[in-house]
Amino acid sequence: MYDTIIIGAGMSGLAAGIRLAHFDQRVCILERHYTIGGLNSFYRMGGRDYDVGLHAMTNFARKGDKRGPLAKLIRQLRFGWEDFKLAEQIGSSIRFPGVSLDFNNDIEMLESEIASRFPDQIDGFRALCGSLLDYSDMDGGSPEFMRSAREVLAEHLTEPLLIEMLLCPLMWYGNARQDDMDFGQFCIMFRACYLEGFGRPYKGVRVILKNLVRKFRGLGGELKLRHGVSRIHVENGKAVGVVLDDGTEIEGKRILSSAGNIETMRMCDDITTPEVARAGQLSFIESISILDRDPKDLGFDRTIVFYNDSEKFHWRRPDDSLCDARTGVICSPNNYIYDSDEGVLPDGVVRITTLANHDLWCELPEAKYLAEKVTQYDAAVASAVRFMPDFRSNVVATDVFTPKTIRRFTFHDNGAVYGAPDKQLDGCTHLPNLFLCGTDQGFVGIVGAIVSGISMANRHCLMTD
Amino acid sequence: MTPAEIRDEIIDILEDISPDEDLDGLDDQKPFRDQLELDSMDFLDIVMELRKRHRVQIPEEDYGNLASMHSTVTYLEPKMKDI
Repeated sequence: MYDTIIIGAGMSGLAAGIRLAHFDQRVCILERHYTIGGLNSFYRMGGRDYDVGLHAMTNFARKGDKRGPLAKLIRQLRFGWEDFKLAEQIGSSIRFPGVSLDFNNDIEMLESEIASRFPDQIDGFRALCGSLLDYSDMDGGSPEFMRSAREVLAEHLTEPLLIEMLLCPLMWYGNARQDDMDFGQFCIMFRACYLEGFGRPYKGVRVILKNLVRKFRGLGGELKLRHGVSRIHVENGKAVGVVLDDGTEIEGKRILSSAGNIETMRMCDDITTPEVARAGQLSFIESISILDRDPKDLGFDRTIVFYNDSEKFHWRRPDDSLCDARTGVICSPNNYIYDSDEGVLPDGVVRITTLANHDLWCELPEAKYLAEKVTQYDAAVASAVRFMPDFRSNVVATDVFTPKTIRRFTFHDNGAVYGAPDKQLDGCTHLPNLFLCGTDQGFVGIVGAIVSGISMANRHCLMTD
Repeated sequence: MTPAEIRDEIIDILEDISPDEDLDGLDDQKPFRDQLELDSMDFLDIVMELRKRHRVQIPEEDYGNLASMHSTVTYLEPKMKDI
């Protein structure tokens, strides 16, 4: 009998597991996939290391910073700053037709860019910064949280193009809702991206995952890969345990699930037709191009470029096509300021992410699927090189993943990267001892997911034990 | 444990929770919150660490007693005197 069974060995499940194991609970993390990380994973192919998911870690903080989510998670998980050692970004850009805004980890850069490109908007932008909710208001209790971000932005800014440009990176890095954004989520992402900024560990996401697993196992936690949960067994209105894909039953006093809201409901054997929450629709296709040189040698020093090829930013699933490359994110892990003792990355890398339709990708027969990966790679790169130097003659290797790949790694409905648009911020379900963590609970991104795991473990699994 | 030993133990817990914090200049009479960057999650950790290390149970309604070092030691003294 476990004190807590955790479903999913992604960032949130591992973080929750560490908290519980640290305070002497018997904890088991069950993961269906053969590897850890969920949406944020890594692999090796053709002698090279690849990351899935990670472009940048948001919520950058420097050693010794005491405020902000990164400092909080390091304290809560009893890590040292070295365990999360992040190199700072060189600088990123938001590029729309005819106008570009640069930003880095110091908000003054974005402010001065706005002051020079949109001089009559700078006062409004400062007022917007002053109206942001604080992290302590992010439990969903604030009446402002659920307001439309577009509505709040329009109260401060009169230039529609600037509104679209400011929304573009924030939606790309953490908005499960199509077209608009909850103001609370806008504030979380504004702080995470513009006020705190981007960083990356030299060795990528594997460093963070390996540290989480090592800490969890060191505390006596059990991690079982290839152990998919097929059912949550409910008796007399309480979860009593889980049934694995192979029929094995495991008993637990409580269950914390990172499988997603609707996905978790579907597992409960007291629910026949889950309709509790609509699953998210937004999924991506992502390509990795390995170059024969550092991108800086092609004149590209941007850490991230968020581009959009018209004045209006379209943040929704393409309904009639596999992909929508009108907007995208270009990222280069080479363009961080790594310590001199770390050196430079072994390869030049450009990653491009564009919007994609999960259902259409999954309907393709295998041969067509493989052919479309090539076609859509070409289309995404052709779209991106309008906003960066053309690197196509320098590509030595590529890999592409689609919504189908994301679904295979995460088992989330629709391969939805940021989960369902309606979050369950308190983590509660219809059962008194079944709780949610991860993307469908609230915060997204690497730091967000870890904070979600910590806060749900604290609130539901530690204080009541 | 004597009050001095309880104080040392709290310092040890605070160092564990927040290793970068300078605790040498801590004023026992002033609230922790005014001197250290501790939030509600960190206060929960003081409670949890005391339970983990010494099996001391602190009900939620008593959390207010943990405001300063002085009030914490006073509150814990009867609970920890036999440890």
